[in-house]
Amino acid sequence: MHGLVNKAVQSFVCNTYGRDRWKQVLRSAGLGNVEFEAMFTYDDWITQQVLDALAVELDRPLDDILEDVGTYLVSHPEVERLRRLLRFGGETYTDFLHSLDDLPDRARLAVSDLYLPTLELREYTSGEYCLTCGPGLPGFARAMVGILRAMADDYGALVILDYMGACKHQEQIAISIVQSAFAEGRAFELGASNG
Amino acid sequence: MMERSELAGVIAQLCPMAIWVDLHGHIRHAGPTLEKICPGTGFVGGRVLEHFRVIRPRSVLTMQDLIGTAGGKLQLQLREPPGITLKGVLVQLPNRLGVIINLSFGISVVDAVRDFSLTSADFAPTDLAIELLYLMEAKSAAMEASRTLNMRLQGAKIAAEEQAFTDMLTGLKNRRAVNHVLQRLTATQMPYSLLHLDLDYFKNINDTLGHAAGDHVLQYVARIMVEETREGDTVARIGGDEFVLIFDGLSDRSRLDAIARRLIDRFQQPIMYQGQTCRISASVGIAISAEVQYLHGQPARPDDAAPDDGECEDRNSILNFADVALYEAKRAGRSCHRFFSPDMLVSGASAFQPIGFRDRKRAERQA
Repeated sequence: MHGLVNKAVQSFVCNTYGRDRWKQVLRSAGLGNVEFEAMFTYDDWITQQVLDALAVELDRPLDDILEDVGTYLVSHPEVERLRRLLRFGGETYTDFLHSLDDLPDRARLAVSDLYLPTLELREYTSGEYCLTCGPGLPGFARAMVGILRAMADDYGALVILDYMGACKHQEQIAISIVQSAFAEGRAFELGASNG
Repeated sequence: MMERSELAGVIAQLCPMAIWVDLHGHIRHAGPTLEKICPGTGFVGGRVLEHFRVIRPRSVLTMQDLIGTAGGKLQLQLREPPGITLKGVLVQLPNRLGVIINLSFGISVVDAVRDFSLTSADFAPTDLAIELLYLMEAKSAAMEASRTLNMRLQGAKIAAEEQAFTDMLTGLKNRRAVNHVLQRLTATQMPYSLLHLDLDYFKNINDTLGHAAGDHVLQYVARIMVEETREGDTVARIGGDEFVLIFDGLSDRSRLDAIARRLIDRFQQPIMYQGQTCRISASVGIAISAEVQYLHGQPARPDDAAPDDGECEDRNSILNFADVALYEAKRAGRSCHRFFSPDMLVSGASAFQPIGFRDRKRAERQA
């Protein structure tokens, strides 16, 4: 598993529930005192163990937690960078949705050994979409729901999201845009900062 | 034929930074992004060479010269603020409709986007500027992560090195650190002296009061040695109850004499451990670098030889000579110190060979 994934979970838990809680998760996962590095690769079982321990520690379904991780990654000030990178997808939420097809390639452009599952957006009627997430990263679709929700807030769009379930290793998310300019989104400047 | 306004519309969409210039050099249309970065300039109607300075090619002075560059690379600078430099290319339109000069920010696009608050709508949809910006941000984020990792690894490396040179029980330096220091001192040829100290009766404490008491005594004497030396001196534990002190830049006999006396005096004070009294004393051998230099041809002990290290002979020599002196101190009844002198090599049991205290101790253990 790419270290960025483990690091994302670590950052989410530390900034949402505190360091002590994170240490407790590591202990019950049997990992002791480990600090995940974003640029390392870890065995997959480590990630799974951490997530399982996290669900027990927080006493919540893992799917819900993963959705929160997705929301966190886009909306928490600590991880502003990812939100900015996603905003490069387009001027509107619809543009952003269409840019998701390129997301795995874009991710690999930045970090050459980061392989995200394929994403495919289909438009049924105007404002009704279905996002299909390919296999390769368990829980990715759940986190994606959180990301889509938080990005809708970012763009100021009112959307309804539904996790439709898995079928043949593929997971589907239904997206309907109720109002694309529902609220004023967060400001985004292409060249705001490079630091 | 296409209307003028239609042509302007096409240009604006495909090349939002382009200008359309008639054959007399008057600007007929300027792209919306160009207008955005120079608000209020009013390009249209003005002369192209009054608005732009041609930096390359240098020979361009007239509109005719400019047309002559068709197809080639142009470098232009805005004469009005913000005065930025742009890349460009000129193409001729048919039917004497004039020329189009398409412009771009080139590599300075990153600054331009920030300085003029450009959005993706200011670039043609096919323009790679947005991808370039994305890549810049993504790469700097990845670079930042790598830098953080590097700094952490560097910290861990320093800690590991520190640990590799430290005796964990006493916090003093260890034998590896001594080799390291001696190597450095030998290389710089600075005067220094080495004091080799061995505790007397230490084995008794371990045997009668246990290892915990022994550890306590070692930590206690370590503290004393640190107290009695300067910050830059090296204090190391190189064996069970053997210590080496290296005094950088010090070769004064009377000062070394005082240090040795003070250490021996303090070690004779009883040490309390959990209500029990531990008694030890110390024997000391001292060698001064300047005095043993000429003896460096002496063979080094094979067990100390580090074959990958050409300096080992010198280093072992001074340690060896201090060791010989230590043996003399032990022979003289312990709890005293001796300076190394060459006649120790020919006196008594150590005749002709610099066999010191440690070899005998080892031999006794093996026997």
